Amino acid sequence: MVKSAMPRQGWDIADKGGVEVSEPMHASSQYLSIPAILRRNAETYADKPAYREKDLGIWQSWTWSQAEREIESLAIGFLDLGVSEGDFIAIAGRNRPHFYWSMVAAQMVGAIPVPIYHDSAADEMAYVLDHCGACLAVVEDQEQIDKILDVQEQLSRLKHMIYVDSRGMRKYDHARLHQFSHVQDVGRSKRDELTGELEARRSRLDYSSTCVMLYTSGTTGKPKGVVLSNRNIIESSIASCKFDGLGQNEEVLAYLPMAWVGDFMFSIGQAFWSGFCVNCPESADTMQMNLREIGPTYYFAPPRVFEMQLTNVMIRMEDAGILKKRIFGFFMDHAKKVGPAILDRKRVGGWDRLKYWLGNLIVYGPLKDTLGFGRVRLGYTAGEAIGPEIFEFYRSLGINLKQLYGQTEASVFVTIQPDGEVRADTVGVPAPGVQVKVADSGEVFYRGPGTFVEYYKNPESTAKTKDADGWVATGDAGFMDGTTGHLKIIDRAKDVGKMSSGKMFAPKYVENKLKFFPDILEAVVFGNQREECTAFMNIDLNAVGNWAERNNIGYASYQELASHPRVLETIREHVEEVNLSLSEDPMLAHSQIHRFIVLHKELDADDGEITRTRKVRRGVISEKYEDLLGALYDGSREIYTTTEVTYEDGRKGSISATLKIMDAAVALDGKMEHMAAG
Amino acid sequence: MANGVRAQAAAGGGIVGDVVLEMENIILRFGGVTAIKDISFDIRRGEIRAIIGPNGAGKSSMLNVISGFYHPQEGQIWYKGRERPAMKPYEVALQGIARTFQNIALFEGMTVLDNIMTGRIRQMKSGLLAQALWKGKAEREETENRESVERIIDFLEIQHIRKTPVGRLPYGLKKRVELARALAAEPSILLLDEPMAGMNVEEKEDMSRFVLDVNDEFGTTIVLIEHDMGVVMDLSDRVVVMDYGRKIGDGTPDEVRRNQDVIDAYLGVSHD
Repeated sequence: MVKSAMPRQGWDIADKGGVEVSEPMHASSQYLSIPAILRRNAETYADKPAYREKDLGIWQSWTWSQAEREIESLAIGFLDLGVSEGDFIAIAGRNRPHFYWSMVAAQMVGAIPVPIYHDSAADEMAYVLDHCGACLAVVEDQEQIDKILDVQEQLSRLKHMIYVDSRGMRKYDHARLHQFSHVQDVGRSKRDELTGELEARRSRLDYSSTCVMLYTSGTTGKPKGVVLSNRNIIESSIASCKFDGLGQNEEVLAYLPMAWVGDFMFSIGQAFWSGFCVNCPESADTMQMNLREIGPTYYFAPPRVFEMQLTNVMIRMEDAGILKKRIFGFFMDHAKKVGPAILDRKRVGGWDRLKYWLGNLIVYGPLKDTLGFGRVRLGYTAGEAIGPEIFEFYRSLGINLKQLYGQTEASVFVTIQPDGEVRADTVGVPAPGVQVKVADSGEVFYRGPGTFVEYYKNPESTAKTKDADGWVATGDAGFMDGTTGHLKIIDRAKDVGKMSSGKMFAPKYVENKLKFFPDILEAVVFGNQREECTAFMNIDLNAVGNWAERNNIGYASYQELASHPRVLETIREHVEEVNLSLSEDPMLAHSQIHRFIVLHKELDADDGEITRTRKVRRGVISEKYEDLLGALYDGSREIYTTTEVTYEDGRKGSISATLKIMDAAVALDGKMEHMAAG
Repeated sequence: MANGVRAQAAAGGGIVGDVVLEMENIILRFGGVTAIKDISFDIRRGEIRAIIGPNGAGKSSMLNVISGFYHPQEGQIWYKGRERPAMKPYEVALQGIARTFQNIALFEGMTVLDNIMTGRIRQMKSGLLAQALWKGKAEREETENRESVERIIDFLEIQHIRKTPVGRLPYGLKKRVELARALAAEPSILLLDEPMAGMNVEEKEDMSRFVLDVNDEFGTTIVLIEHDMGVVMDLSDRVVVMDYGRKIGDGTPDEVRRNQDVIDAYLGVSHD
């Protein structure tokens, strides 16, 4: 089906994915809005749980019909507060049923829900609230209310605020503040009076009305409000549920930020369409325990989470006794050998199957249960490249972990890996109904049912990103793998540069290779318009801290550990290993790392160095650490620097340190050649 | 306006009412040493009352007098308008006075949940046999008590360590668990003996927040001993200052800060 391999002249259109893509998909749903699907679920799945939340130590649940009543009373409460059609309602809180209800209640009254990262600083929050002109904010607690009150002078259109947790709120002026449960009480008491209005508004919703507006964090510039219509969300939900056979009996744990498109898709789009139950953890700290209690069947996490869990398992295994270690090692080796094949239903010998079955009984099963993956049927990872070892680890345990590639602008799905075609280094085939093409420049384009309507109040950016035919520029460079028909992503298109020799410079590729080492949390590689590549690193405090403890190395802070000579030496070894593997690839041999610095602080979203979804902001970093970058290229041995840091509550401070500049040996054709230092 | 609202919310807890506990001319001696020398002060319902002073000033002794652990040789204690006779500490606890300790006194081998449940003991009325058999009243009581304990766990944000043995917790969390246990008794007066000792800035901020919230949400009267002057000045409605067993100051944080005797006691006086 796929005719061409590498990008050739003009457009390269790959149309694999099992769905005819020559025409846009027709409306395949008779339900034209999320509230309409809610009505269906309340009838069809009336007594099935729709939401669970652990509260006061007990899992509380709401059936679909209870959920509809909760949402309706909230919606009537919104009407009573004077919300008009087309108004924006901001929602900031951790994953709780209340906030999912708020989003659907907003839709019900014809308003547009705008979920916001609840951990964002006051001015970031102010920007979003002001940009969309929200008239109402539904937030979690005093902390969020305080943040908004701090900036309310800038928010002339914000009329009311609703909070869920009443603690500490008693003495606030309640002219414009309302408790969530009170708003619902008002809704219940005015049901007779306002149901007519609610029904009228609900019936006016159609496929083209806005379903949600999500702000993209963006690695450059201010966040943009991505407008997604009911068509976008519902069509994408239907297609993706069908693709993986998601049904009403799935269980998911909602723990990823609500402002992120993925959570909206899984916890509202797919959950509503399939009618499955969304479980909300008790608090952010109990997520791991709650995961075990619920035992989700469908699980989504960024690579970082999978990596962290694997690191934790390995750390704990190091403390185990010899016998346990042996058993673990033996069966994990076996799993690595046959696990993925068994998962893909390939032919595996009877003896191997028996051994795998035994391993499942005494190692894999208990391990999966500890991780909370005992029942996971389907797992996804996206957002960043995942290390092949990590990926294989989970697959060998029998967890069907797959990758997808997506964007807010695509309502998540651009490409997705079908069962049996899972690889660590690709992101899959075009999702059902989505067309993907790669331009001459290497940039990936797509169009499909989920393609966003526009950037709110930003026609310029809309035009720049989406052309008249509906093709959207992803901003990522990649290519279609000839043999598999899968898309491979190399890097952000704007980050792909040229070194002074004229050869391609793709920092992300190198960074990912570095980050696959558990010791390295972040890496930022430089080399555009330069002769040699260099890098900034962050160590992983968890992994390196454990190593330090094991080796009796005392440390008081991240900074102290990060500058320890033995840590620097270990990182150097990792860099040289990466250099060796890069040197084997003629396309990338020139991007080996010559010098690097282990930074004295962790890159932090509060300092604007990475986005809330942990994407590196190169521009900000190279400006902020200009002095360090200079030192990487001028041959200094060490450099003294002072850096401003922002604390979680917005206060600023500074830290200073003398940093060592480390040299790393580069390799030629897979062989190390040791350079004279300096 | 925003700042106005916050300032109001942050400055000392609930609505302050009538005098609930009054210490009148208390004198406490240990053999020849007089630890407390004729001290009188009162505590009002719903206020946060701090007792400060240099080391050895008699602060903890004062707290022990309030909690009924020490019996003063002279002076009267008036509680809710009645003179309190010499009592055993558990009798004082039954009257609704709970405390935390300077050096944490938790059951290290028990889980956080079980530790906090021990704070509910005075609410348990079923007999030994019923408890052992786990029938009828005992079971009902346990459910009720567990529910109120869960509210406290939620309030102090310690859900993630509910089932963790206390011995494995870091210091800051142990302090929080101790506060939770004291709260479980639903006290009308809560005595905190150096709740923030040995904490870092962030932990102190968290703890201050909790103390304020307890005072605000439950209307609990709080008496605390604390060394960190910043914390004391921010939290308390009124402050008693002690030095060598004497009271050298009493009033709002501002008044106390300007009191010359207090300044002398804290900064030292030059003897020239």
